[in-house]
Amino acid sequence: MAVLQMQRISMCALKKNRKAILERLQELGAMEIDIRLEDDSGYRTMDVSNSRATFEKQAQTADRALDILQKYAPEKTGMLSSLAGKPLIDKALFETAVQNQERYVETAHQIVDLDKQVAEKTAAVQKLKDQMEALVPWLGLPVPVSFRGTRKTAVLIGTISGTISLEEVYGMIGRFAPEIEALDVEIISVDRDFTYLAVICLSKEAQTVEDALRAGGFAKPAQAVDKVPTLYREELQSQAEMLQKEIRALQQEIGGFSDSRQDLRLVSDYYRMRAEKYEVLGKLPQTANTFALSGYVPAKDGERILHELSDKYDAAVELEDIKEDEEAPVLLKNNSFTESGEGVLASFGFPAKGEIDPTAIMTVFYIFLFGLMLSDAAYGLIVSVVCGVLLKKYPRMGMNMRKSIKLFFWCGLSTLFWGVMFGGYFGDAINVVSRTFFGHEVGIPALWFVPLDEPMRLLVWAMLFGLIHMYTGMILKGYMYIRDGKYMDCICDVGLWLLLLTGLVLMLVPSSIFASVSQMIIVFPEPVNLLAKGMAIVGAVGILLMSGRRKKNNWGLRLALGAYDLYGLTSWLSDVLSYSRLLALGLATGVIASVFNQMGSMFGGGVLGAIIFIIVFIIGHTFNIGINLLGAYVHTCRLQYVEFFGKFFEGGGREFHPFRSNTKYVEVKEETRI
Amino acid sequence: MSELFTNGTVWALLGVALAVVLSGCGSAYGVGVAGQAAAGVVTEDPSKFAKVLIMQLLPGTQGIYGLLVAFVTLSRIGILGGSEPELVKGLLIFAACLPIGIVGLVSAIHQGRTSVAAIGIVAKKPEQFGKAMLLPAMVETYAILALLVSILAIFSI
Repeated sequence: MAVLQMQRISMCALKKNRKAILERLQELGAMEIDIRLEDDSGYRTMDVSNSRATFEKQAQTADRALDILQKYAPEKTGMLSSLAGKPLIDKALFETAVQNQERYVETAHQIVDLDKQVAEKTAAVQKLKDQMEALVPWLGLPVPVSFRGTRKTAVLIGTISGTISLEEVYGMIGRFAPEIEALDVEIISVDRDFTYLAVICLSKEAQTVEDALRAGGFAKPAQAVDKVPTLYREELQSQAEMLQKEIRALQQEIGGFSDSRQDLRLVSDYYRMRAEKYEVLGKLPQTANTFALSGYVPAKDGERILHELSDKYDAAVELEDIKEDEEAPVLLKNNSFTESGEGVLASFGFPAKGEIDPTAIMTVFYIFLFGLMLSDAAYGLIVSVVCGVLLKKYPRMGMNMRKSIKLFFWCGLSTLFWGVMFGGYFGDAINVVSRTFFGHEVGIPALWFVPLDEPMRLLVWAMLFGLIHMYTGMILKGYMYIRDGKYMDCICDVGLWLLLLTGLVLMLVPSSIFASVSQMIIVFPEPVNLLAKGMAIVGAVGILLMSGRRKKNNWGLRLALGAYDLYGLTSWLSDVLSYSRLLALGLATGVIASVFNQMGSMFGGGVLGAIIFIIVFIIGHTFNIGINLLGAYVHTCRLQYVEFFGKFFEGGGREFHPFRSNTKYVEVKEETRI
Repeated sequence: MSELFTNGTVWALLGVALAVVLSGCGSAYGVGVAGQAAAGVVTEDPSKFAKVLIMQLLPGTQGIYGLLVAFVTLSRIGILGGSEPELVKGLLIFAACLPIGIVGLVSAIHQGRTSVAAIGIVAKKPEQFGKAMLLPAMVETYAILALLVSILAIFSI
């Protein structure tokens, strides 16, 4: 439970060691580069944008080749393969890939080229198909579409829009050119938009006939091919088939590269690492023979990095503490249990400068409250077992994923615990099954009480848990004040509030309102009641007087600020009421589960009843687990973010991003780590 | 006809119907609009599917709360269990069903709209998922309060 102390490390070294130093730092992955120079005159930075772009492009080419391979020769992956994480690769193997990088890039280019050819050929095939499509109406024509006629006769080939019968064509010509007698019209085909026809007439009358036809909407085809349509179609067909064959061959050729997947992945990651290194290189201030470098390291690693760099590479290195006005990046340090909540914290924000890391305490509350909301022993067991199996099966899972799954593993156990306390096992499944199929009802009694029978009792407990949760937040705030030596703030902003709230709670407990709500009559001895009143009054008056303490002598304003602060009591009230969602969501799980159990048992006992019950049971409870897991997750987050963090934590820190090998496919095993 | 209005079970069932119908309509609207926004995000970036799905489901809970109240009521008015209520008791049950029905309807609609906005956050800044999720969850508080009142009322009638 801590935010790691950071230090600034600055160094100056010889240029000849530049490559070695950068590579070593990237390997260590413990330093965030952040170069700040007080005086940058005399330094130059290198322009590396070109080489960086080249490396990035190489990496992209390899990625693209991998995508293409996946398209033509799919690699079988399981549904959960995304959980598997990056495989660990021996450094030797990686070095081999680095030596062969040019060959591998060549392979990548080949694959990309082949894919391009496939795309071009596919487009060509489509074009041929379009041409064949356009030819279909002319298939009945025994001469080329461009055929003009013989010596004595002329042939007019073309289309008229709309569907027109033979008689109408004759009629049209008769109307516009009544003198023509030698005429033969043939309708070749008709489709939705056009009538395709061939008109034969004498050469010398061709112009008259054509004019007549044009008046009726006749048009010659835009592209007339000088081949007989049926023959031309066969030609196109065979061309398309040949192209298809070529495409298949190309695809097979691409598929043949499937063995080079691993090489491509390695080379892609290699270029990605180099691009990253060059990005840093471009930021380095350099002189003719030296370069400078500066950044943040966790204080625990600082000394070792300093020694290694100065001993091995003759660098001048110095470590210093972070300055007051500088905001260092945040790296959290938690043990293997408490780190499971880091993801929840990260969604809200990292601790800002001067704030503590609340992960550990928050994780404990998260697991506790989550279990209380889901509160079904069987559901909890399922969640835990699934998460446990995933953790066991995929040991190389990504860090963040691992933390989240670990969190749900613990949440599942907590759910199991609360399920046993409240007697929920798939809702009331045991009672329903025993009643429906075995004739007499049995059930596991709740260890504590059944919320559905005594909802008010759970409501009171939920609010008590809420008070404890929020008191913890206040105490953490007080701790931060004390740590910073602000004792006055601690007393006024934390102590007085706790005094007032505790006093009010103690006054409320023996009252008749509380008794009627909780059906518990609690009587305190008289001195306690007196003490409660005293605490509340002291707290309230204290807040009234002290909240505006920074406006020293302006008493009017000071009292007004105090009164406003006291009004904050209403937000405490609503915060406490907010914990009633623990009851609501807990009831929701149980009631929906029993709805499904009841639905399943509606068909009575017997074999058919049992089959229907099993089907309804599986579908219904899967749905219920899903919807309530979501609900529990969202609302537990809300209780942490709003009610708990609202008391002491703002967040807004920047996450630590060390300079390291951000690979995509593999992780290279390092021989030496610090 | 007048017997219909003096029958307690009729009033109780009317309450059950309102609890389910109103909150269900609200949730259907909320999940619907959020789903449209979510679909838009997924067309651009399918990897955000899980995140936007959670956002889409948030306004769905009101319908479930309605069902919860309805089921508890049904098991107390002689339909799934319990005994048929008198007129007064039936009217009381009717009144008890109203909070989750009405608040469920309105809050689910507003939660749906907030979810749409939150899906916009996820589309542009996926790392702010925690905060984005919080905004629709704030609306839900009032549905939970209504649920609580409905449930507590029905339990104590």
